[in-house]
Amino acid sequence: MAKKAAKKAAPKTAPKTSAPAKRAKAEDQSSNLYEGMVPVARLKDKDTYRHIVSILVDNEAGVLARVIGMIAGRGYNIESLTVCEVDRERGLSRINLATLGTHQIIEQVKAQLGRLVPVHVVRDLTDDGPSVARELALVKVGGVGDKRVEALRIGDIFRANVVDSSTQSFVFEVVGTTEKVDAFIELMKPLGLVEVSRTGVAAIARGAAGIEKK
Amino acid sequence: MAAQAASKAPRVKADAAPSEELFVGARIILKALEEQGVEVVFGYPGGAVLPIYDELFKQNRIRHVLVRHEQGAVHAAEGYARSTGKVGCVLVTSGPGATNAVTGLMDALMDSIPVVCLTGQVPTHLIGNDAFQEADTVGITRPCTKHNYLVKDANLLAQTIHEAFYVARSGRPGPVVVDLPKDVCMAMGHYTTAPRGTQRKQHKTYQPKTKPEASAVAAAVALMASAKRPLFYTGGGIINSGPKASALLRELVELTGFPITSTLMGLGAYPAAGDKWLGMLGMHGTYEANLAMHGCDVMINIGARFDDRITGNLKFFSPDSKKIHVDIDASSINKNVIVEIPVIGDCTVVLEEMIALWKAKRYQADQKALKAWLRQIAEWQGRDCLYYEQKGKLIKPQYAIQRLYELTKNRETYITTEVGQHQMWAAQFYRFEHPNRWLTSGGLGTMGYGLPAANGVQMAHPDALVVDIAGEASIMMNIQELSTAVQYRLPVKVFIINNQYMGMVRQWQELLHGSRYSESYSEALPDFVKLAEAFGCVGMRVSDPAKMDDTINEMISVNRPVVCDVMVDPKENCFPMIPSGKAHNEMILGSDKTGKAITGEGLALV
Ligand SMILES: Cc1ncc(C[n+]2csc(CCOP(=O)(O)OP(=O)(O)O)c2C)c(N)n1
Repeated sequence: MAKKAAKKAAPKTAPKTSAPAKRAKAEDQSSNLYEGMVPVARLKDKDTYRHIVSILVDNEAGVLARVIGMIAGRGYNIESLTVCEVDRERGLSRINLATLGTHQIIEQVKAQLGRLVPVHVVRDLTDDGPSVARELALVKVGGVGDKRVEALRIGDIFRANVVDSSTQSFVFEVVGTTEKVDAFIELMKPLGLVEVSRTGVAAIARGAAGIEKK
Repeated sequence: MAAQAASKAPRVKADAAPSEELFVGARIILKALEEQGVEVVFGYPGGAVLPIYDELFKQNRIRHVLVRHEQGAVHAAEGYARSTGKVGCVLVTSGPGATNAVTGLMDALMDSIPVVCLTGQVPTHLIGNDAFQEADTVGITRPCTKHNYLVKDANLLAQTIHEAFYVARSGRPGPVVVDLPKDVCMAMGHYTTAPRGTQRKQHKTYQPKTKPEASAVAAAVALMASAKRPLFYTGGGIINSGPKASALLRELVELTGFPITSTLMGLGAYPAAGDKWLGMLGMHGTYEANLAMHGCDVMINIGARFDDRITGNLKFFSPDSKKIHVDIDASSINKNVIVEIPVIGDCTVVLEEMIALWKAKRYQADQKALKAWLRQIAEWQGRDCLYYEQKGKLIKPQYAIQRLYELTKNRETYITTEVGQHQMWAAQFYRFEHPNRWLTSGGLGTMGYGLPAANGVQMAHPDALVVDIAGEASIMMNIQELSTAVQYRLPVKVFIINNQYMGMVRQWQELLHGSRYSESYSEALPDFVKLAEAFGCVGMRVSDPAKMDDTINEMISVNRPVVCDVMVDPKENCFPMIPSGKAHNEMILGSDKTGKAITGEGLALV
């Protein structure tokens, strides 16, 4: 379910991430579910783009199944998913979810998640303002001779660390935006790409405020 | 991430410290139910819940109603809940007990009925081992409950049950499952009292918003005041919000003078005798209600959810209206229909604020426009879309229900239904003046709902008249509950509209599948009179229209469970009808008042 979608379409969807800033002008205001006002025109917007939704939940039995079950059961897509405990004392985990959808669909996803009992906060990091997102990939590349040298050189350019090497192979650790990781993997293909393991996106809003503050 | 859950601190703040005294788990469970005000539990025993049944045996504060199938237990709890406004309570065993309850839970979820269902579970050390009568109840019921819990520590039993009741009744109500492993029920633990007073509402995460944004209410009321062709479209949310919401709705309708229609689930919130009443809307709603929905310029949705049975084809749904949507559940907003003014809050609070603001601002409806609009609606009403003729030797199903209404309307009567044509005719021809008197499976459309629900209603209202308007096919789905009615002396009346077909299926086949009646004939029906008698009920049958009234009167006068088999015209269809995927103004009507017959399949397309 949480598999990475094929990334071929990346160039098509990527430019849209800057869309919210342009659209911030409000027409036809109506009160929103969480943060005040959402223009009706924006809800009717049919543009589909990638959103990163962050969810703070109680780290309790079955909470991940609840979140994923809700999303799958309602037919929303999951491009990537990360989850880990982030506050041991309070027993909180953070789930980051990358999903494709129109603004209205993401509002729905947020509202549906918001009513799950163990959910504390849901944020659309893409539409709610600037944010940073990173993922990590381990990329195994096999090859000898020129290809091996070229792989190392490109690894250098991408500031990838070599975390394992044999005479036949390297394992690179590359960190960055989804696009950067995609690009690196693309370049490794002709150089003997063997396999990839990715974490999926971890994301956080820019600025001083935390996810629990509005 | 699932691993350390067992010993997690519960999210409800307990305002009292755990009791000094130790109790056995099963006793804690019953103490918690008592504290939650549970009077009746609908249940069925089995190995995993024997410790709880043992504690039930030792006390007499809580009554247990032994159903004959766990689905019936949940529907009975729904009937109890919906007719009283309290949370219904269910107790079933592990494995098959829990899986049998699933349909009822889904039904309660779809119709937002507060139910707490306690399920037995195999002992914790056997969970995951495919033990006898083990089922992953929490996994199976996750998508068909509002929330569910697996309790692994006797010390958490009380808090978890308190929280379950809180979740079930708060916000948009719904079913909650508490899964109880047998060893936890047998272990010793401390009891904790439920949070009280101001703490009652304090829950770490689940705090549904009941008070709307003032700006949203202001915008809504201003839009209402500017309307030329306004319409209230109300739903089950008003009923769930409590009788006060119905009273306020009546006041607001009176104040504004706007016409009003309602969904299937909302019938009774506004009285059918009210002069602004347009009847039910939707797939089998009235001509006037649906055309008013199509033609209005301001739609005020209060506690309804733009369900597809209501909207028909979304592309053509009420094209010229600005929409206000009042709902306690934020996820209902902009789900199917994008609205101009969402108002998130409890219907009672929102209605109160709307009325106060309307008065404070001295708003006035545009009288001239409103008059023209009401005149237009009256013209649509003149079409008399529910017209039928009782002639010949066969009882028309509409006639049976209309007579039932006339002969029971002056009593405290509760109507439940099964699912099918009879359900829609009941909604059309039985006129509800009060909330909480009408119980039907709207969202899930569960055949077999009506009889157990009637049992639940009768438990809560022993002196009321409770009638299940049934179809001969649906009633067979939970017919065993007659036995429950007999055991507890519940004088429910099963009023079978027997058309010898799964009528609604037959109707769709006639209209959409070239009259190929594939498997929709009710073959090999039992003799319902004998069947009733075999169960220890009273059986009656009527097929002569002239005897209809006598039969109904006799049925009412018997203070025992009755099955009344009403043999009706097998070919009657339920109109008006908006075929799936069509718009409100593409309704099919039956014959109109002029008596023009339906010519073959050439039904009047309007
Ligand atoms: C559990 C269940 N199974 C199947 C259906 C589909 N269904 C809807 S109406 C209907 C026929 C109901 O027949 P009957 O109870 O005789 O009522 P009538 O329509 O004849 O009034 C069926 C099979 C359903 N709603 N519920």
